[in-house]
Amino acid sequence: MIGTIAARELRSLFLSPLAWAILAVVQLILGYIFLLYLDTYLQWQGRLAAIEGAPGVTEVVARPLFTDAAVVLLLVVPLLTMRLVSEERRSRTLTLLLSAPVSMTEIVLGKYLGLMGFLALMVALVGLMPISLLVGGGLDLGLLAAGLLGLLLVVASFGAAGLLLSAMTEQPTVAAIGAFGLLLLLWILGTAGTTAGEETGPVLRYLSVLTHYEALLKGVFDTRDVVYYLLFTLTCLVLAIRRLDADRLRG
Amino acid sequence: MSEEVLIRVEELARFYGEVPAVRGVSFALRRGEVLGFLGPNGAGKSTTMQVLAGALAPSAGQVLVGGVDLLDEPRAAKAQIGYLPEQPPLYRELTVDEYLAYCARLRRVPRRAVGEAVARAKARCGLADAGARLIGNLSKGYQQRVGIAQAILHAPAVVILDEPTVGLDPIQIREIRALIRELGGEHSVILSTHILPEVQAVCDRVLIIHQGQLVLNERVDRLALGLAEPALRLALRHPPAPEALAALPGVVRVEPGAAGRFQLFYREGEDPTDALVAQAVAAGWGLAELSPVRRSLEEVFVELTCGEGPEAPRPGAMPKARAA
Repeated sequence: MIGTIAARELRSLFLSPLAWAILAVVQLILGYIFLLYLDTYLQWQGRLAAIEGAPGVTEVVARPLFTDAAVVLLLVVPLLTMRLVSEERRSRTLTLLLSAPVSMTEIVLGKYLGLMGFLALMVALVGLMPISLLVGGGLDLGLLAAGLLGLLLVVASFGAAGLLLSAMTEQPTVAAIGAFGLLLLLWILGTAGTTAGEETGPVLRYLSVLTHYEALLKGVFDTRDVVYYLLFTLTCLVLAIRRLDADRLRG
Repeated sequence: MSEEVLIRVEELARFYGEVPAVRGVSFALRRGEVLGFLGPNGAGKSTTMQVLAGALAPSAGQVLVGGVDLLDEPRAAKAQIGYLPEQPPLYRELTVDEYLAYCARLRRVPRRAVGEAVARAKARCGLADAGARLIGNLSKGYQQRVGIAQAILHAPAVVILDEPTVGLDPIQIREIRALIRELGGEHSVILSTHILPEVQAVCDRVLIIHQGQLVLNERVDRLALGLAEPALRLALRHPPAPEALAALPGVVRVEPGAAGRFQLFYREGEDPTDALVAQAVAAGWGLAELSPVRRSLEEVFVELTCGEGPEAPRPGAMPKARAA
């Protein structure tokens, strides 16, 4: 049942010009960024070769690319998630789901998985860029895998936050701006954490989506970072389910 | 019509904040019955239907669908319900076939049976040729049909239709009414409408809801019985003096109208129809029209919903149920 809803969601995404436009724009921008980093690497290659333990191509090209990709996706994911629930509420199609023999959990998970299908494709396309370098040389595949996993986790939590905001309103634009604000806030918490005092600093740094991503980009696979994203995602999904339930109860 | 009760509603109440939209509504619907749900705007019709369909939770009361409690076992109960909301829940970017297949899967129709269920629903709603068309490009009437097809896909025990004939042309309305009657054969149908003749045409039972409360629950064919004095309406081409009509057995009073029309009031149980027809033929009155006067549903409706004094509906007192 979750699969049915997810398939419909994914299909509707690809039937809308928005998804294609987003894919194209993101791919274009990140492709350009990728080429810029690649160019930098080629310029420095000679000097880097002389230094022992110098950063390799994966660190010089893939890592900053993934960091930038996360920033771009922070802007883009709210646009993809904004319509998930609010549009259905607006066009009154939500009634179809509510009156069908499916639970609220199935509805939310179905929608989320449909969205994740799309986002996973986007992450895969980003990943293909550094992987294409394998044609001409070697890559640190472990580092690349950690980075890709990090990007996927970051995007998964963005998606869940967007879904929650979409479940909270009837206006897609409000959902988009709300999700964008929330994500940006969580992003800058990391910066705030570095300047804050002894007490609050670590807390803020822990809450930031950025801190945990950086560790993964360095190739440090710490379960605490993974758990952070999973917890964040789960919390958003549970809240979204509760929100939809409240809809049915309070009307 | 069997005695099996498919849907039973007990003391249903629903509040929007402090505002009661529906209170103390109870009724039962047997298999094969078509139930007409009437009420002025904002009386609580749509709210009641949404609660029955499981799209809104009731504030109090119980809904049993085929003996299954809608609140305790929502999945089993909802599987037996097909619901068309006021505004059909259509995905404009899908084709009719895609949409119906999705709805079928959502209603837990087994994967192998989906194609057949979709084809059957399309055939019944006159959509056989529209399968490959985008829903967004369909006319309002066709969209309405897709909405109805979606509600009957999984052969539910109870079909709930909220104003199904709105926006349809007269021919489509006739088709949809015929479809509703047909559905009434095997399913139970709950139908809300503003068109009173529609209820008389297709329903077995009528519920009138007013200010959130049930004010009438009666079989349609019994509605006329509430009339104080039975009467006949007739038109004659060569009318005699009214006294000749008054002399017929059982006739109490004659009210002459224009152009040879009369209303004949008679005593309960002493229907003068036979004597009248015989007399008309013998005396060459030229009987042109003869029909029993029934209390129309409209009169009942107006009487119940425009009650006098403090009970009269206050404009805006009952906000229209908002779709959740």
